[in-house]
Amino acid sequence: MTDASSAPRNQWLDVWLQFKSHKGALVGGIVFALIVLTVFVGPWIWTIDPTHVEIRARNKPPSLSYPFGTDQLGRDMLARMMAGGRVSISVGLTAMALAITLGSSVGLLAGYFKRLDWPLMRLTEVFQSLPLLPLLLVMVTLFREPLAGAFGPEKGTFILIVGAIGVTSWMATARIVRGSVLALKEREFVLAARSIGTSDHKMILRHILPNVVSPIMVSATLGIAAAIITESALSFLGLGFPPDFPTWGRLLYDAVDYMQQYPSRVMWPGIAISLTVLSVNYLGDGLRDALDPRIRGR
Amino acid sequence: MITFIVRRLLLTIPTLLVISLVIFLLLELAPGDPMAQVPLTVPPEVKEKMREALGLGQPVHVRYVKWLYQFFVVEPSLMIDWLTRDSFLLGWMPDTSLYNGDLRVISWQTRSPVMDIVVQRLPQTLWVVGMGYLFGVLIALPIGIYSAYRQYSIFDQVGTFVSMVGFSVPTFFTGVLLIVIFSVELGWFPSIYDTTLKVNSFESFLMQVRQMAMPVTVLALYNAAQISRFMRSSMLDNLNQDYVRTARAKGLSEKVVVLIHVLRNSMIPVVTVIALGVPQVFGGAIITEQVFKVNGLGQLLIGAIEANDLPMVQTLTFIFALLIVMFNLIADVLYGIIDPRIRYD
Amino acid sequence: MKLKTLMLGAVAAAAMAPAAFAERGSDGHVNVIYWQAPSILNPYLSGGTKDLDASALVIEPLGRYDQDGTMIPYLAETIPTLDNGGVSADLKTITWKLKSGLLWSDGSPVTSADVVFTGEYCMHPEGGCAQLAKFEGVEKIEAVDDLTIKVSFKEAKPNPYGPFMGAQAPIIQKAQFAECLGAKAPECTTANFGPIGTGAFRVTDFRPNDVISYEANPNYRDASKPAFATMTLKGGGDATAAARSVMETGEFDLAWNLQLAPDVLANMAKGGKGEARSGFGSLVERIMVNMTNADPSLPEGERSTAKHPHPFLSDANVRKAMSMAIDRPLLVEIGYGQAGRPTCDLVPAPAIYISGRTECMTQDIAGANKILDDAGYARGSDGIRSTKEGVRMKVLYQTSTNAVRQDFQALIKQWWEEIGIEVELRNISASVFFGGDPGSPDTFQKFYADVQMYANNFDGTDPEAYMAAQTCDKAPRPESQWQGENISRICIPEYDAKVAELGKTGDLAQRAELVKELNNMVTNDSHMIIPLVDRGRVTGVSNTLGGYILNTWDSELWNAADWYRIK
Repeated sequence: MTDASSAPRNQWLDVWLQFKSHKGALVGGIVFALIVLTVFVGPWIWTIDPTHVEIRARNKPPSLSYPFGTDQLGRDMLARMMAGGRVSISVGLTAMALAITLGSSVGLLAGYFKRLDWPLMRLTEVFQSLPLLPLLLVMVTLFREPLAGAFGPEKGTFILIVGAIGVTSWMATARIVRGSVLALKEREFVLAARSIGTSDHKMILRHILPNVVSPIMVSATLGIAAAIITESALSFLGLGFPPDFPTWGRLLYDAVDYMQQYPSRVMWPGIAISLTVLSVNYLGDGLRDALDPRIRGR
Repeated sequence: MITFIVRRLLLTIPTLLVISLVIFLLLELAPGDPMAQVPLTVPPEVKEKMREALGLGQPVHVRYVKWLYQFFVVEPSLMIDWLTRDSFLLGWMPDTSLYNGDLRVISWQTRSPVMDIVVQRLPQTLWVVGMGYLFGVLIALPIGIYSAYRQYSIFDQVGTFVSMVGFSVPTFFTGVLLIVIFSVELGWFPSIYDTTLKVNSFESFLMQVRQMAMPVTVLALYNAAQISRFMRSSMLDNLNQDYVRTARAKGLSEKVVVLIHVLRNSMIPVVTVIALGVPQVFGGAIITEQVFKVNGLGQLLIGAIEANDLPMVQTLTFIFALLIVMFNLIADVLYGIIDPRIRYD
Repeated sequence: MKLKTLMLGAVAAAAMAPAAFAERGSDGHVNVIYWQAPSILNPYLSGGTKDLDASALVIEPLGRYDQDGTMIPYLAETIPTLDNGGVSADLKTITWKLKSGLLWSDGSPVTSADVVFTGEYCMHPEGGCAQLAKFEGVEKIEAVDDLTIKVSFKEAKPNPYGPFMGAQAPIIQKAQFAECLGAKAPECTTANFGPIGTGAFRVTDFRPNDVISYEANPNYRDASKPAFATMTLKGGGDATAAARSVMETGEFDLAWNLQLAPDVLANMAKGGKGEARSGFGSLVERIMVNMTNADPSLPEGERSTAKHPHPFLSDANVRKAMSMAIDRPLLVEIGYGQAGRPTCDLVPAPAIYISGRTECMTQDIAGANKILDDAGYARGSDGIRSTKEGVRMKVLYQTSTNAVRQDFQALIKQWWEEIGIEVELRNISASVFFGGDPGSPDTFQKFYADVQMYANNFDGTDPEAYMAAQTCDKAPRPESQWQGENISRICIPEYDAKVAELGKTGDLAQRAELVKELNNMVTNDSHMIIPLVDRGRVTGVSNTLGGYILNTWDSELWNAADWYRIK
């Protein structure tokens, strides 16, 4: 670090400086921004309708008019990848955020407050035990029409999917966070903080939470990949978006049968998902390092 | 610790009862019909009669209590009878004859006792999914530790890349890819798992290894990807702690510092993740089993869900729930061993 | 005495030996893969095709349908007909005669008592027999003598070949199932998993939903058959993997029902280990048009019922235009290849029932647009038409989850949008869609959509029951717990009258005429049902498996006794 000695500095500025100097995080950030930009802005430049069937152009290899080739119905793969990315990234990030928030909250509360440990962990076990498919089917039967009525069909489906994935995938995070909190609670610095009368609220937010950030980050990165794949599983059950609506997970699944003839068709969604997850992972790494005061400033 | 375990074990009984009821009601509420796989050529009146023959006409609470009785009384009594009669371990004990011929939990698809099929499926599930998990853990731990120790080295970068790609690319893709390469192109491994293979000679053992190679690889990679990330991050958290500096200052060897002090303190999240995964081993790996036709418990469950075979789904899900509760308890006990400061009472 | 019998036995065995050992079991092992795994080997307790086929290797009916749909005797001496006197002139009785000397695989003789018992087993009121429809109208089944069985019907039965004919109604052994009648049926696990039969194979190991091992039946009536000593029937996975195991890796000899995209199959055939064969039966992929209104704003219990006719699909012009907009040959090319043929009919086979109408074969978007324009459905600013009452022409088009069906949805959506009808697509998991759960909004019977697509066929070669499904009283509605076969909610009194007439007509030529008329009334003349593709069955067959004949009218494994290894 350069001029660290002068006036008291803003903590968040420090975090940002550290983050900036983390090469992986920077590259990850740029790649992620590029992906987001492509899928959200791209459709305005590449204006082909992703559901338009062009019978004469079936199974075309990548070319100038079809940079990513076409699928078995002659639909443009580039347009489909971009449309699919919009859904997959939004669903992946939102569902992950929901699951991580739920999981971390439950984990923190259960680990920190002895009274809450038993009920919250038993609740976690109930959720862990529920069979996923019937649970999703029930959620859809109960909530599809009310949600579609309240938010319109597309938003309704989005909320339903994010809700379904979030509600069914927070339990691992909760268990992991709780385990770490149980150990942290007995560390000297927590005892020290307690002895000077720090409130529970402050204690959790300032002392406990920053120290469980890394497992949460790992869960979050893995959670995005899992959410993108789960979304595709949902659309197979008929619980997700309409069947002609592409998503990365669905494109990947549909292409597996054609793996030998048209390998490029599996590669695009495969690369897209991996790249997104990788970039988020490096972002997370950088963020974790930046948030860790012991690494920061060294 | 002992009192804690005993108390927790006693408290699991109401928990499990609640779980079983919640599962039952959920399945009851879920849309679906055991007649979904009967061809459309069978007229609706006949389907209605078939539903009645399955006992679907009875009210929900009657069916729930019936299931409870069958699962908690009839099945255990059969199990005890078997233990004292035929098993190697307890066969010397006087024969108990607790089973009085009551109806067992009967599957709607096969019209046969669910538990018999579960027992039949256990070997392949444990062999394939269990090995996949075991190898996954065994690979993950050293990779995670070394990646953290040499953070941002080439090894760490490659490890991160491989594990992230390994986790992002679903098994329905990697499995088929392996089949295309190793079964279709090279012809090294069979693409279809033979569950009737009996290992009784060196050749059959080799055959077993060959047919397990691909599914175990797919599962091991997937599991390793996940666990190694947690191991790495947890190690990183601890490597910078003050106690590490102190230990090094005391002149402890690097090996002792990393592998004893840091590792032990980093194990809590990893133990949680590993313990969370074990019940899933018994639950089978639905997609991998499907791709390689292993037909273990995962395939049994998904088939039962598709056919709306409620007694089967209920029983399987409940067995998994039992394992989840048990392994969560084991994880809690392990926390106390890893970090004696953790107390529950 | 004892010694003498032993000696005689030995001599007999020695005399038999050359013939028997030269053929039966000489070709070793054969592997069959079904991507749906059989759950039970008792077809009376499960209607599933997979279970029927797996049991067909073991238990046999009196007669089967061959690959052309012709009846051939199996356990019976001959097929009883009016001409040979086996069927009485008033069409009320049919008399079957068993072949003499038939043995069960346990060595005991097959008698008429077993046949009578089979009927009793299925018709037991508490049994929940899946094949009960086969025994509809049966008054009594009696054994005339050891080998003769007489089935009497309550009324004249123009098609008396329901009981004991075809894969759905094989004969089970009385001795084995005597204790398994009615409510006791599920307790007989051993019998249900290993029925004693007369077929070419017998079960040695049954693992439900996984794998079945068979061996040649030592008491099979043809001493030289089957050529294979053992057979494995593996279940599970998916159609792609099954096809791969036969055509690319050669691990298996026969793969069932390969419903795959034609180019995927073609690519696999390059593996050179096997080929895909197809045969056609009566399975038709069709679009059912909802004649009633499924609008979600209607009160529950009135949606999709006769109370509210559909705002625009009840107009024949609209349905005709929708049918004209579809390019059936292209659908076949993309989705089924050699395993499909475009069709305009609900009854695509047997030949005598084919209507011969072909006007739907060519797509005519312009013509369809003209019909809609003339009928007064004006296009709005976005190109979507609306009715005179101002209802926007938007249809919800649902089907089960299946790669080919989703491709069809995408194509047809585009064509319908070209004629100004907006389309929303929905796919539903098959286990919910085809299940009859009255609590679910997504079943095909409830039909909470405007159009839906699936396939259906009829058992055997007689379409009477299939045509009778479209009568007014069979429409699913809340009072019937949403059960019923008239999915489109068709209600034409004239149609119902013709169906009644068909039930009384015995002459085959007259029956065929009636079926053709009925077929056209709901398809070509009114388009309430829009047939798309006559779907064949595709089977992957190894190049080294000989004697396999694809049969769409009976069990697919019907002639396993004749299979052999090509060396």
